[in-house]
Amino acid sequence: MRVSKRASGALAVGAAFALVASGCSSGNNDGGDAGASKDGAIVIDGTQPENPLVPANTTETGGGAIIDWLWSGLVEYPNNGGAPQNLLAESIETSDSKVFKIKIKQNTKFHDGTTVKAESFVKAWNWAAYGPNGAQNASFFADIQGFDEVYTEDPDGPDGPQKAPEPKAKEMSGLKVVDDWNFEVTLTAPTAVFPTKLGYSAFVPLPDAFFSSTPADFGKKPIGNGPVSLVSWQDDVEIKLTRFDDYSLRDKMKVKDVTVKIYQDDTAAYNDLLAGNLDFQQQVPVSALAGDKWKTDLTDRAMASTTPSTGIIAFPIYDKRFQNPKLRKAISLSIDRQSITDKIFFGTRKPADSWANPLTPGAEPGNCTACKFDVAQAKQLLQEAGGFQGKLTLSYNADASHKEWMEAVAQQIKTNLNIDAVAVGVPTFAVFRANINAYKMTGAYRAGWQQDYPDVENWINPLYVTGGSSNDGKYSNPQVDALAKEATAAPSIEEAHKKFAEAVKLIDQDVPSMPIYFGGQQSGHSEKIKKLELTNVGELDITSVEL
Amino acid sequence: MGRYLLRRLLQLVPVFIGTTFLIYWLVWSVPGDPFAGKCGDRGCPPNYRAMMTEKYNLDESIWVQYASYMKNLLQGDFGITFGGREISDIIATSYPNTLKLAVVALAIEAVIGLGAGILTGLRRNGFLDNLVLVSTLFLIALPVFVIGFVLQWLLGVKWGIINPTVSNEMRFSELIVPGFVLGSASMAYIARVARTSIAENRRADYVRTAIAKGLPMRRVVGVHLLRNSLIPVVTLLGTDLGALMGGAIVTEGIFGINGIGRQVLRSIVTKESATVVGIVVVLVVVYLVMNLVVDLLYAALDPRIRYE
Repeated sequence: MRVSKRASGALAVGAAFALVASGCSSGNNDGGDAGASKDGAIVIDGTQPENPLVPANTTETGGGAIIDWLWSGLVEYPNNGGAPQNLLAESIETSDSKVFKIKIKQNTKFHDGTTVKAESFVKAWNWAAYGPNGAQNASFFADIQGFDEVYTEDPDGPDGPQKAPEPKAKEMSGLKVVDDWNFEVTLTAPTAVFPTKLGYSAFVPLPDAFFSSTPADFGKKPIGNGPVSLVSWQDDVEIKLTRFDDYSLRDKMKVKDVTVKIYQDDTAAYNDLLAGNLDFQQQVPVSALAGDKWKTDLTDRAMASTTPSTGIIAFPIYDKRFQNPKLRKAISLSIDRQSITDKIFFGTRKPADSWANPLTPGAEPGNCTACKFDVAQAKQLLQEAGGFQGKLTLSYNADASHKEWMEAVAQQIKTNLNIDAVAVGVPTFAVFRANINAYKMTGAYRAGWQQDYPDVENWINPLYVTGGSSNDGKYSNPQVDALAKEATAAPSIEEAHKKFAEAVKLIDQDVPSMPIYFGGQQSGHSEKIKKLELTNVGELDITSVEL
Repeated sequence: MGRYLLRRLLQLVPVFIGTTFLIYWLVWSVPGDPFAGKCGDRGCPPNYRAMMTEKYNLDESIWVQYASYMKNLLQGDFGITFGGREISDIIATSYPNTLKLAVVALAIEAVIGLGAGILTGLRRNGFLDNLVLVSTLFLIALPVFVIGFVLQWLLGVKWGIINPTVSNEMRFSELIVPGFVLGSASMAYIARVARTSIAENRRADYVRTAIAKGLPMRRVVGVHLLRNSLIPVVTLLGTDLGALMGGAIVTEGIFGINGIGRQVLRSIVTKESATVVGIVVVLVVVYLVMNLVVDLLYAALDPRIRYE
């Protein structure tokens, strides 16, 4: 998932769910004026990318949005959140969900004029997976056969004296180039959702220029294959993009130039939006949400949408005190999610009632029975579990706006169950995350999840399967593991979804974490923009912009 | 005079080493693994953390880290950020912006503050005096961000007189409002100090003598009175340049100025010692040099002060 690095923007207080699901559009239906759009330019808000723009090494929203615009992948996720569609791929064929034959569209171009070939994918993926390259998204390639030969783990962790051994191979054995337009991917185990994953930005192709340069140099002047190319990047000031005229896939740009203005303060950006100097702001500041000020300010240019993200409080199951599922369920049942979303988030985020975010294909609304508010049952379960001794801490990182809702949760647990619950702020996210990584949490803690790719698999395997990449609480249920494995290996997505639904039923009994709210987003645009759409994760779909 | 200057310059060396070490140590002591929080709630893969930790020497002791940092610094190498940017580039682009803003603020506070101070100092207890007294109290009482947001909203959004944020070109006309915001508190202090100082010296013997000699009032005030009364004001103004540059972080944020404030804040949060120290080192030099200039100015203003 990507994380927002703008501290004040981290509280994405949702507004009314007037427009259901992301991918809502705004403006009049007949669209814009083609003449005005043709050579039009827009200015949108952004943050300084943390790292040079290399797709496999970008996990934050500032750089992530720009990478999504600069590159086009094999598949794309429709704005309405539906099933992925082929984009650069001509076809992705498999008979067993283990070997995938991928055929790409011929003669599409990178921004430097070179052709996108099968090799552009294979080399890019091998680079990202190769351990010593230290790519932040390396784990996305773990499905591919031969990943463990190129990615070796440090035996005693990054803090220990030993270093990771040199990988045996430089390339994954599961990747094979057939010819310029065809390649074959063999996975370690059948994975029905693999084609869906291919739309994530870690899987985009890289031009030869990347391999003859260093990632740092390439990332300052990235060459992609998407609808826009990068013109210039002035650190902390702006990133200029322009229409790539040789783009031959769906969704060509309607406007010509896009300037991403880098703000450090979202209120400054908002004031520029009001003054007409800025054409789009993805998330208006918290200060504008109180009393629905942003709706009064922006009138019909205010856009409320939902994002496929969930606010969660997780349990450290490696701690003896949290090993009884009855206790965990009791705590979860004692939280009145509705009143938290109403009072803390001004009725704008939605109370969570399912394990996967309902915007995700395969998710079943309402399948979290532990998310109900039932004090009587909670009390009874707590009694059966033998009560809870000592203090229950609920920690959160205090450098973003989590204090209010975490304190409200603590208060409810205290009132409803008579447990001595307190919300504890950890000064920075870096410290907070380091403690989670080291399995040093001594109480429940805030977590969050935003889908990387639209499938319920992304809400189960990383979070609730033994050894999952983000199973930070060390939750482990062999039955869940077995079902999830079956689901992952199912021959079709539909069957996979059915199996995952079974796994979720077990997870719902175990309550390894507590989903609290579903995320929302409040955006605004200028009068100049007549039509625009948001992507499935709430970013601006720049190809949809009409003036 | 020459020897005094030399001595003062030599004193800068230990101060320089001491401050840089203190800052390096402080940032180093901020708890947390700088690379643990980079990938959001997913957490970063161990290989990424291992590679970055090794690349930035973070597995070494603080002494080794500091020594290698100083060695590079003395060769003019400020190092690179965790994102791979040259810190010297960051300093080269952000410092001029902050300096421009601070100089505009200083000019505004000197002109308005001193003007108000002189007028009220000469005519105490009049209407103007009370007006300045009340308005300076008001400015001192208000935090900078309140003045900043109110002016930005009124002038930028409501009335549309200025752009709410400053453009990349940092034109002088755009900097007047941010400069006023940044310098507002100091402006009030300068007005008050100047007023008191002038009012006090107004009754001094040498002023009475000058008036008794029959000198024209303009000369009495302009030459005799002002020169003596300026000493405390010059001290304030001189040290204020450094304070304004270091304190511009809020103003820079409100008006979207790409200055050192955001860089320092960002690098403290991400535990980038090298960036913090790099920027603060330059700030320390500014402080030290300004202090020296102020001390030298004393001698020019007050003939009784001589440096050996």
